[in-house]
Amino acid sequence: MASESSHETYYVPEQSKFPFFASIGLFLTVYGLGGVLNDITAGVSVTGSTWTALIGFTILSFILFQWFATTIRENHAGLNSAQLKRSYVWGMSWFIFSEVMFFAAFFGALFYVRTLSVPWLGGEGEKGSAGEFLWPEFQAAWPLLVNPDPSIYQNPNDGLNVKSWSPAFFAGYLPFWNTVILITSSVTLHFAHVALKAENRKRLIQWMFVTVGLGVIFLGLQALEYVEAYGHYGITLDSGIYGSTFFLLTGFHGFHVTLGTFILLVMLIRCIKGHFRPNDHFGFEAAAWYWHFVDVVWVGLFIFVYCI
Amino acid sequence: MSAAHDHHHGPAKGISRWLFTTNHKDIGSMYLWFSFAMFLLGGTFALVIRAELFQPGLQFVEPNFFNQMTTMHGLIMVFGAVMPAFVGLANWMIPLMIGAPDMALPRMNNWSFWILPFAFAMMVSTLFMEGGGPNFGWTFYAPLSTTYGPPSTTFFIFAVHILGASSIMGAINVIATILNMRAPGMTLMKMPLFVWTWLITAYLLIAVMPVLAGVVTMMLFDIHFGTAFFDAAGGGDPVLFQHLFWFFGHPEVYIMILPAFGIISAIIPTFARKRLFGYDSMVYATASIAFLSFIVWAHHMFTVGMPLAGQLFFMYATMLIAVPTGVKVFNWVATMFRGSMTFETPMLFAIAFVVLFTIGGFTGVMLAITPVDFQYHDTYFVVAHFHYVLVPGAVFSIMAATYYWLPKWTGYMYDETLGKLHFWLSFIGVNILFFPQHFLGLAGMPRRIPDYALQFADFNWISSVGGFLFGFSQLILLFVIIKCVRGGKKATAQVWEGAQGLEWTVPSPAPYHTFETPPDPTLIKAQ
Repeated sequence: MASESSHETYYVPEQSKFPFFASIGLFLTVYGLGGVLNDITAGVSVTGSTWTALIGFTILSFILFQWFATTIRENHAGLNSAQLKRSYVWGMSWFIFSEVMFFAAFFGALFYVRTLSVPWLGGEGEKGSAGEFLWPEFQAAWPLLVNPDPSIYQNPNDGLNVKSWSPAFFAGYLPFWNTVILITSSVTLHFAHVALKAENRKRLIQWMFVTVGLGVIFLGLQALEYVEAYGHYGITLDSGIYGSTFFLLTGFHGFHVTLGTFILLVMLIRCIKGHFRPNDHFGFEAAAWYWHFVDVVWVGLFIFVYCI
Repeated sequence: MSAAHDHHHGPAKGISRWLFTTNHKDIGSMYLWFSFAMFLLGGTFALVIRAELFQPGLQFVEPNFFNQMTTMHGLIMVFGAVMPAFVGLANWMIPLMIGAPDMALPRMNNWSFWILPFAFAMMVSTLFMEGGGPNFGWTFYAPLSTTYGPPSTTFFIFAVHILGASSIMGAINVIATILNMRAPGMTLMKMPLFVWTWLITAYLLIAVMPVLAGVVTMMLFDIHFGTAFFDAAGGGDPVLFQHLFWFFGHPEVYIMILPAFGIISAIIPTFARKRLFGYDSMVYATASIAFLSFIVWAHHMFTVGMPLAGQLFFMYATMLIAVPTGVKVFNWVATMFRGSMTFETPMLFAIAFVVLFTIGGFTGVMLAITPVDFQYHDTYFVVAHFHYVLVPGAVFSIMAATYYWLPKWTGYMYDETLGKLHFWLSFIGVNILFFPQHFLGLAGMPRRIPDYALQFADFNWISSVGGFLFGFSQLILLFVIIKCVRGGKKATAQVWEGAQGLEWTVPSPAPYHTFETPPDPTLIKAQ
């Protein structure tokens, strides 16, 4: 938007090698990964695909590291006008919106399966005849513990603990504690932000440390839950639609928490290095927005995957 | 500060100019050339299809290869030709139109572009892989693309992932540019409609490309990790694929037409020498179409056996789209009404757009009627419908834009005679190509088949003749562009007598860096 600051020159960077080489890195990563996946499925020996993916990922990571370092240096050199900083704000906001839509696809799949297609398969409603012809024995249920065709998709074990709404149940329910941990981490991150704005470095670093720690604990508990699911309950990626939706929703969330924890760790290091100013710390804010977003997604997961 | 970073120099020399550029004009040019290359490649695949369908029986290609051609033709035209062309135009024109020094995030801008050649190299390379390339149509319905897909599907999925990332970054850049980089005095309701339509298009892109990423990810897991998203045996549903795909796919087709609306809204006032009729209603109509695009997706899948309530909802919601679209067509016609019209090549393409896109729109309303769609579904009528909105719609608008702004880009006037020749051959060719396909579809010819019953023979050979006429006519465009880049009559800054807007206040060719200081606010006029 036009404003008083518009007389300041908008910094348009010189030529940059980052985009082109980042593209090469990205290409090699996915090309190698495609080969790896196809090799596994076809049972053929790996034909350099693993190396291609690793080299590509190394290039991509290296370039991104340099790229971020460059933007930080430019900001410290005072090149970024208020207007340019607003571009970053818009950029991050819309990126988070795109992430929201990515999760929306998986939530949409969950809602569709639970409320429409599984009941139809069980013979409910005007579309129920399909179930009648395909698998007349099939009973609709959620969590789906008996698949329409268990010879293809092995059923999970019986005895997935039945949820109740009593406090005693939640006290022993791992996802509940993970919710507490993640929401707490959002609060501690906010305290860190307050400390940053109050120029209290010591407090800032302490709260950041706590936040990163909570992220790591969350991931540890999540890993524990996956071990439980696979080992104890027989809920796996290939145990039918319940496992499919469960692992992709929580898995992509866990992947985002991993990335978010890594970003916050970088921010912690930058806090220790003294990169941020009370009035100029967009890198920190962007990381915080990302973390709060990941937190909100978890609340959605807790409600729709674990509770209801 | 500006002294330390002096930008008043020209482009770098050699190949590094293109590989490492951060300049919106360079990146715009690369997008446009890439798009043109993909247009010719996708067109070649289309000619393979039309050659095979010239007469009944199998002549040139195996059925499986035919399917790979229909798939690749669609994917390349949608993601490789039409979308990058609009992004190229956005790169070139939006900063010039709003008085900005460049795109908001210039390095990311170049990343958005350079991902594309790699993504399409990977996509096209699947044709040479064991088992052949994707052969399940550009809509890649499960389980055809999961259980029964060739091994190269994995690479197709990753290509979609990275070109989706490219689209999202490009769209974020467009939004940040429009919201943050407008010159003082350039209020939202003074923005040229091309800027408005791109703002809304970028919003659609960010909203639906992640859903496409999600659906191909589910495919990837179904194929390689045994999940059951699209397999009823595990409690999933193949129809779920279609819902997710079309939740992306319907906004996607508007992504390919909204910027076209913006282009036409720039060209018609110029050559009618009148202000655009109903500017405000154009903005609101665009926003309405974008909103509606999110709640009509299941009209692509009336025949899957949806509950009746769903069919009715999606039928009525779809028909509603005709209202804002009608507003637009009315406004274009009203702009021309009693104007001092001249018919240079951009105007010819723009008028053809209004007429032929409207035909495509009407067949769209026909297809929206659920019981009628039961008969039309997956026939050549559908093929005729979407080619009418995409070829004489989106593609004609891109050609109109090319002729319209080519003098601004190159500094020379293009060859008007050749331009008109290109227009008339394209116009005649495209109608011979696609109009008979309506009749084929109404008579029951299914789409995506290499062979057909004898009664379809006549219209098919007519269509194929039109296809080759249209296809080879595009070489004229290539020639006109190259000729114009190399020289010709000098273009003035104004170029067109009736043209309005900031892009016409800078010299032709536009200098390497423009609007490093914002333009004089008095130059910014209401539309």
